[in-house]
Amino acid sequence: MQHLCKIGAIIAKDLAAELRTREMLGAMFVFALLVIFIFNFAFELRAENQRALAPGVLWVAITFSGMLGLSRSFIREKDRGSLEGLLLAPVDRGVIFLGKMLGNALFIVIIDCIILPVFVVLFDIPAAALPQLAMIAILGTLGLSGVGTLFSAMAVHTRAREVLLPVLLFPLIVPVILSAVKLSAAVLDRLPFAEVQSWFSLLVVFDIVFGALSFLFFDYVIEE
Amino acid sequence: MQNPAYLMTGLLIVTGLLMVAALVLALGVAPDPVNLATPTERFAQRIFYFHVPNWWVGFLAYLVAAVAGALYLVSRQERWDAVGVSSIEIGLTFNTIGLISGSLWAKPTWNTWWTWEPRLTTAAIGWLMYVGYLMLRSAIENPQRRARFAAVFSILAFLDVPVIFLAVRWWRTIHPVVIGAEGGQGIGGFALGPTIQLVFFVCLGAFTLLYVTLLWMRLRTEFLSHRVERMRQRLLFR
Amino acid sequence: MIEIRGLVKAFGSHVVLKGLTLHIGAGEFMTLVGPNGAGKTTLIRILATLSRPTAGQVLLGGCDLTADPMTARRMIGLVSHRTLLDDDLSGEQNLLFYAQLYDVAHPKTRVEALLRQMGLWGRHHDPVRTYSRGMQQRLAIARALLHNPPVLLLDEPDTGLDRHAAETLGMLLRQADLGQRTVLMTTHNLEYAAAWGERVAILVNGQIVSQIHRAEITLATLRAQYDQYAAPV
Repeated sequence: MQHLCKIGAIIAKDLAAELRTREMLGAMFVFALLVIFIFNFAFELRAENQRALAPGVLWVAITFSGMLGLSRSFIREKDRGSLEGLLLAPVDRGVIFLGKMLGNALFIVIIDCIILPVFVVLFDIPAAALPQLAMIAILGTLGLSGVGTLFSAMAVHTRAREVLLPVLLFPLIVPVILSAVKLSAAVLDRLPFAEVQSWFSLLVVFDIVFGALSFLFFDYVIEE
Repeated sequence: MQNPAYLMTGLLIVTGLLMVAALVLALGVAPDPVNLATPTERFAQRIFYFHVPNWWVGFLAYLVAAVAGALYLVSRQERWDAVGVSSIEIGLTFNTIGLISGSLWAKPTWNTWWTWEPRLTTAAIGWLMYVGYLMLRSAIENPQRRARFAAVFSILAFLDVPVIFLAVRWWRTIHPVVIGAEGGQGIGGFALGPTIQLVFFVCLGAFTLLYVTLLWMRLRTEFLSHRVERMRQRLLFR
Repeated sequence: MIEIRGLVKAFGSHVVLKGLTLHIGAGEFMTLVGPNGAGKTTLIRILATLSRPTAGQVLLGGCDLTADPMTARRMIGLVSHRTLLDDDLSGEQNLLFYAQLYDVAHPKTRVEALLRQMGLWGRHHDPVRTYSRGMQQRLAIARALLHNPPVLLLDEPDTGLDRHAAETLGMLLRQADLGQRTVLMTTHNLEYAAAWGERVAILVNGQIVSQIHRAEITLATLRAQYDQYAAPV
């Protein structure tokens, strides 16, 4: 219970700081939009191939803008010294990890929620698909932010900083991207759930297993 | 180890001889598989004796690195970090060779250099992950932190490989499965006769020994460089 | 109160602290001076549980730092040359957040009292970014005192402060010290070290080379000793 309060406090602090400036959410949102536009130009998405490419475009937009948020997550704390402030507090390292991870996930989910309706309009997708797409987006985002938070804490302690995060993170989250794209495609094609159930399980299992591993390893990453 | 220098030379000679034997056996002694039609295919098939042991070494090297990573996190002994980085450097080398030799075989057999098939894709993603590992190391100055991050990353990366493979596998596969499958499946698959099997296991043994030798040599350089660094520090900051 | 025995800290093969031994009594105000790279910040970071010692032992009121860091963290307040605060949030928000992490009872009243004591109550709604350096440092002290820790660690708190702000800081510190707190402060400024400290230790090359007690401290004696030990080779 006490732990939950402290996790909540960390999330609330990050959210309050972000809502004051809105610089990160703003950048993430514009970036996600740009990805969708650039794909439209690059592939000349016409009516016939639009549906086929749509899930891919959506997930490139989500992962790229998510990466932007994740890389800022610890850089902000580190530059201000507030990361040390957190580490000084008599709080379990796991609590700090969960607070940061859920905060990161929350930011990406906020972006998901704004970008999904835009995506539905631009790609002429029936609005009925929205709830299912949102659920896939949340599951994918959780997978992204588990390992993402761990690697963000790692990258901030290296010389290369934000440059290193995508290089480390993208190969590892291939299963998340693959299953999220497959599930989204199934929703757009109105396939029965049974056909893509294995992808769904893969995504959930990845979220749990790699989330738990990141939770366990976080201690090794932030100690000195 | 009483006489590491002698042992080392001995191991080097044995490994060298076994590699030469493997080469002779694979190119001269092993028969052509019965079910491959064209001469080009039969010729290209001989890469199997190197390609598969090569991947085995790559896998073994990454496994050793992950285990060394776990041992480092538990014991905090510098030598496990040395084992980890040495093993991954070797693994990455074999990974690279495997990607190239695979392409060379794929061109005559599948009529393409590259295809997004599970094993190939996993190999390519794995290659990217472990290149990332080396980049991560080179971006950290504090040796203890470098060892810790490297250990964490090598464990996560190794555990991720089967998951990636599983994910990519749910696309259709055309890679031949020759071991543990009757008559060979996939395009370019072939049956394993007893001689072929024997030659193959000799090659596998030779490559494994090659890995051990390389790891040992790489570790020696690593430990020597640590010693040089310690001596330098002692002279500078007496 | 603080018992440091044979403390060693190495970064790879580079040894920063070389078997440092130091005892600081309860309620004592100790200042620590030394040239750049002597290991002052490393020592403070180890005492603050931010960094692990390679060898040696630190006892904080009988509690072993490495064995039980959680208990130790409750006993420590740290002021470093950075604020350790989130500068997009207001002073009050920052302190309330940390009050939650430290399980402070009645956080609202405690935070308000501290902000008044530090003379920051008038600006408590403004983001920390807009504070002057002196105000940020006072807020950092408020943060460190939030959970009323028996031990206060100060790592070059006077960095970047003008003379007036530094004097205010010194005054506040001695006020805070009234509650029988044990204080260890590092600084580059020999003048402050001599004026504020009950005892001054000189740290050179990872070892304590000299300790001067209150009775003997004058700026001149300190300067002479410092030059003797810390002269560039």
